[in-house]
Amino acid sequence: MKWRKLPGKIGFFLSVIALVSPALLVFLWMLSLSLKNEVDNMAYPPVFVPNPPTLANFIDVFEKNDFLNYTWNSIIVSFTATGLALVLGVPAGFGIAKAKAARAAALIMIARVTPGLSYLIPLFLLFQWLGLTGTLTPIIITHLVITVPIVVWVMIGFFEGLPHELEEAALVDGANIWQAFRHIAMPLARPGIVVAMILSFIFSWNNFIFGVVLAGRETRTLPVAVYNVLTFEQVSWGPLAAAALLVTAPVLILTLLMQKEIVAGLTAGGVKGG
Amino acid sequence: MSAAIDTAPQAAPRSSGRNYARSYWPFVVPAGLVVAAVIVFPWIFTLYMSVHEWKVGADTVFVGFENYLRLLSDDRFGWSVVRTLYFTVLAVVFPVALGIAAAVCFHRNFPGRGLARTIFILPMMATPVAIALVWTMMFHPQLGVLNYLLTSVGLPPSQWSYSPNTVIPTIVLVETWQWTPLVMLIVLGGLASLPTDPYEAARLDGASAWQMFTHITLPLVWPHIMVALVIRTIDALKAFDLIFVISNGGPGTASETMNIFLYLQAFSFYNMGYASAVTVVFFIIILLISLVLFTARRQERWQ
Repeated sequence: MKWRKLPGKIGFFLSVIALVSPALLVFLWMLSLSLKNEVDNMAYPPVFVPNPPTLANFIDVFEKNDFLNYTWNSIIVSFTATGLALVLGVPAGFGIAKAKAARAAALIMIARVTPGLSYLIPLFLLFQWLGLTGTLTPIIITHLVITVPIVVWVMIGFFEGLPHELEEAALVDGANIWQAFRHIAMPLARPGIVVAMILSFIFSWNNFIFGVVLAGRETRTLPVAVYNVLTFEQVSWGPLAAAALLVTAPVLILTLLMQKEIVAGLTAGGVKGG
Repeated sequence: MSAAIDTAPQAAPRSSGRNYARSYWPFVVPAGLVVAAVIVFPWIFTLYMSVHEWKVGADTVFVGFENYLRLLSDDRFGWSVVRTLYFTVLAVVFPVALGIAAAVCFHRNFPGRGLARTIFILPMMATPVAIALVWTMMFHPQLGVLNYLLTSVGLPPSQWSYSPNTVIPTIVLVETWQWTPLVMLIVLGGLASLPTDPYEAARLDGASAWQMFTHITLPLVWPHIMVALVIRTIDALKAFDLIFVISNGGPGTASETMNIFLYLQAFSFYNMGYASAVTVVFFIIILLISLVLFTARRQERWQ
C-alpha cells in the first residue's frame, strides 16, 4: 500500500518544487548579480555563485547616487500616506459597514478598477497650478489614491465581521457612537488595522507610476531612482541589481515576517494598488 | 456577501425620529472629502479636458468631440487597443490556469507548506520596478542567463523583449510569474471553505481523483475562480510598470498598450486634452469588460 503511493508522492513534491523554484531562483539570481564584480556579471557562460562575494556594488550605489536621500523620500511618502489613510479610512470603513452604505463601497470598488495613470493628468496640472511640483506633497497626495481605498476596503470587511452585541450594549449604556467606535469596535478590529496598514504600506512603497511623473531630481522615491540608474548606466549590472535588491528588500522581509496577515488581507479583498 | 448571516435584529432606534443609519455618516465624511479631491475630482476634470485642445503652455480651446473623433482615425491608438487585448488574454489565461493548479497543490498538507507558500507569494509583493530590471537583465540576448539555460538544454535562444515578435509574450511571462500567486490565494480561500461530505460520498462510489476534481472541486470553487478572473482581467488591462520598465512600449511600438500610449501622449508629448480622451475611452473599456465579467459571474452556474 505504501509503495503504491510513492510515485504519487514524488510527483507531488516535484510539482511543489516546480511551483516554488521560479520565485526562488529569480530572487537568488538578483542576489547573485548584486554580489558579483562586473567581470563575472558580464561573463558567458554566466557565473552563478559569487566567488568571492563582494559588497562593492552596494557601496557603489550609495556613493555614486543620492540613495540615502531617495530612501528617506520613500520612507516619508509611504509612512505619511499610510498614516493618513488609516486616520481617514478606519472610521470610514466603520461608518460604511455600519450604515450598510453599498453605494460608498461601490465607489471604492470603481476606484480600484480605474487605471492609476488616469488620475495623474488632472492632478499633475493641479499641482503645477498650485506650485507644488518639486516637493514631496504631490507624491504623498497621489499615494492616497492607492492607500485610502485599500484601508477602507479591508476595514469594511473587518467591521462587517465583528459581532454587534458589545457595541449595542455600550450604546444602551449611554455611550455615543464615537465612544462605541473608539473603545469597542476599534480595539476589536486591531488585527484588521494591522492588515490594512501592511498592505497599504507595501503598495505605496512599490508604487512607481506616480513618482515617475511627479518627482523631480530631489524628490524621487526609491523605485523611480532605481529606474533612473538603469537609464544612465545601462551596462553595469552589479550596481543595478544591488539597487533593485535594496528597494525591494524591506517589502520582502515584511512579507516573510507577516505572511499570515498579508494572506488574510489579500484573500479577503483581492486588493492591489496602482 | 454576508446577507444570509445578517438576519440578527438591527438595533431599534431608541427615540422616535432618530435615524441610526444617518448618524454614521460623520465617520465617512473626512475620507469622503479626500476621495472627492483625489479620485472624483480627477474623473470630472478629465471629462472636461477631453473636450478641449489642451497643450501644456498654450491656451485651451473648446473643441467638442474632436479629440474622440481623432482617436477613431488614429491607427497608433487602434493598434494599442489590439495589443492591450492580446496582452490581457494571455496575462489572464496563464496566471488563472497556473493559479488553480498551485492552489490545489497548496491545499494539501505537506511538511514545509507555510514556507513554500510564503516564497510562492513573494513575487506579487516585490517592487515591480525591481523585478522588471532583474528580468530585463535575464532577457539579454547575448549575456542573459535565460538564453544560456535554453542553449544548454539544446533549445534555440530567444530575442525575448528585444524583438517585436516576442516582446508581448515575454512580458506576459513576467506578469504570470508575478500574479499567479494572487489567483492561487483567492482559489485557495475557496478550497478552504469546501465541505468534506461530497468527497466522502464520491470516494465510496469509487470516483477517481480527477473525477472528484472536475465534478466536485471545480464547480464548488467556481465563484472564487470567477473573482480571480475578474481581478486578473482588470489588472492586466491596467498593466504599466512591467511594460514601461522592460520594453518602454518598444521595440518600435511593438508593446505599446493603451496605458503606455496614454502615458506618452500625456507626459512625453504633453497633449493633455487628447490624452484625457484616451483616458475616458480606456476607462469605459475597462468598466464595460468588468461589468460583463461581473454579470457573467452572477449568472454563471457551472453544471
